[in-house]
Amino acid sequence: MERSSKSEIVFRVFSYFFVTIFAILCLYPIIYAFSVSISGKLAYESGQIVFFPKDLQIEAYRIVLFDKGFWISYTNTLFYTIFGTAWSMFISLTGAYVLSKDKLLGKRTWNFLLVFTMWFSAGMIPLYLNYMELGVDNKWGMVIAFGVQAYNIILLRNAFSSVPKDIEEAARMDGSSEIQIFTKIYMPMSKAAIATVTLFYAISRWNGYYWSRMLLRNSQEQPLQVYLRTLIENYQKLYDESVVAGNLTYAADSLVYAIIICSIIPVLVVYPYIQKYFTRGVNLGGVKG
Amino acid sequence: MNDMIKMREPKGKKILKGIKKEWQLYLLLIPIILWFLFFAYKPMIGLIVAFERFEPAEGIFGSDMRGLSNFVNIVTGVNREAFWGAFRNTFIISLYGLVFGFPIPIILALLFSEIRSDGYRKILQTITYLPHFLSEVTITGIVITLVYSGVSSTGIVAQLLYSLNLVPAGTKIIETPNYFRPMYIITGIWKESGYNSIVYFAAIMGISPVMYEALKVDGGNKWQEIRYVTLPGMAPTLIIMIIMRIGRMLSVGYERVLLLYHPNTYVTADVLSTLEQRIGIGTGSNQGLGSAIGIFNSVIGFALVISANKISRQISKTSLW
Repeated sequence: MERSSKSEIVFRVFSYFFVTIFAILCLYPIIYAFSVSISGKLAYESGQIVFFPKDLQIEAYRIVLFDKGFWISYTNTLFYTIFGTAWSMFISLTGAYVLSKDKLLGKRTWNFLLVFTMWFSAGMIPLYLNYMELGVDNKWGMVIAFGVQAYNIILLRNAFSSVPKDIEEAARMDGSSEIQIFTKIYMPMSKAAIATVTLFYAISRWNGYYWSRMLLRNSQEQPLQVYLRTLIENYQKLYDESVVAGNLTYAADSLVYAIIICSIIPVLVVYPYIQKYFTRGVNLGGVKG
Repeated sequence: MNDMIKMREPKGKKILKGIKKEWQLYLLLIPIILWFLFFAYKPMIGLIVAFERFEPAEGIFGSDMRGLSNFVNIVTGVNREAFWGAFRNTFIISLYGLVFGFPIPIILALLFSEIRSDGYRKILQTITYLPHFLSEVTITGIVITLVYSGVSSTGIVAQLLYSLNLVPAGTKIIETPNYFRPMYIITGIWKESGYNSIVYFAAIMGISPVMYEALKVDGGNKWQEIRYVTLPGMAPTLIIMIIMRIGRMLSVGYERVLLLYHPNTYVTADVLSTLEQRIGIGTGSNQGLGSAIGIFNSVIGFALVISANKISRQISKTSLW
């Protein structure tokens, strides 16, 4: 091994130290939220919770898990995530496949029209008026009208372009149709990119908030994020101003944190398995498109 | 005339024949065309409302055309203070984001590349990417609760700031204009720094080891190594990212602002996109005025990207297009 110079050692020690601190800071709010969510009211309100929970109690979770509104919104979010991701993938996969083909007439124009949407959007109000006009104010409307992103399509298109052409030609010789070539050759050979894009879509569906809140008419169809937000907006204020607060057996903040934790558990559970895909995805897509 | 028809006929026929032969390919093209037509291009027609006195009952095509009056109105009319305030805030918040938020992922990537143990580095990276995948509602929900100060409870960050005398005790941080921007920027750094470091880290990993060895032979130290090898090696990535960043300068993440601001903090927090939706959507809204703000926003944004791209092409030969 080569010897390290003094400045290298100094820099390395500094790197280990700083990066470790930064990672702890990134994770801290989440750990803290979890600790508060399972801590006693007195311990929390007297400021004793700094990192670890104290006076363990699961009252807040009991409230969340017996709350009907929570389960309705949770099921809705599952619906949006599953059907929304499937829909987004259907549009993106078929589109990306065709756009990767040289024999497509006007290939450059079609691709330009796609990239153009990354740089120029109609803007919030024309979008809003358009959704209203098309009647996007219910569950299926939300699934169909959202979640197709040019960036993800480009990512898939680039993956399809890099599939070797000779396999396709051999299959054509054997009389395979275009759709068979797409589903039997291109899709299986682009598994990593497909996994990455599926993940991106699923996360953005799971996290979707703004348009659901603006468009959905029926509150029974609201996703979890909207439910969580209304809770944050109302709870603390309510409990701080009303007399009931003193009689509660749990801290109002514990309840907010408990819902936050419940909303991120699915993300936390799948996260370690999927993270190798998205690092690849970010670098695969390239910035030029 | 006759010649042209003769020339064109076979071509049209050829196209039709091509489509017929490859009908499955064109069948697969239909979903994406329809989707983008209805949800990306059709709304662009709606931009007309920025030039109208829009009446929802009359529709986009039935409303009276008013030329540029909406634009004149936002710049000089009753909403001018809100507009110029939002205009200023948009620039200031983006600028802070650029100054504080842009370098951190780069530094983080540099430091990550120093961690020799692959396992340990991957764990740290995985942790720092995590907040990116949490929703804005979750992230802002945690932030709001951390700085909350009420009768029965005080968030831990509020407590810390009070005890360090950085903020007068008992201040409602979320409702105080002075604290909005730091809060917004720090939230952004927490959420995106780790994830944004991915692309820089890949750039550092892509630098040829030969470059480092050459510098070592010349007796260069670590600082010179970063200065003369690592940073120049990352330059193309850096420049592309900075152009993209400048291009997005005016599209400050409206969702996060919307979730973190409060009527009391509009003076420092309101940006063009939040003003656009407050004026243009909801009861008593004026869609024409709202869209005019939106167009204003996109046009300047577009101009910023084009000029940043041009400048970069001249000084560094790297550009987006």
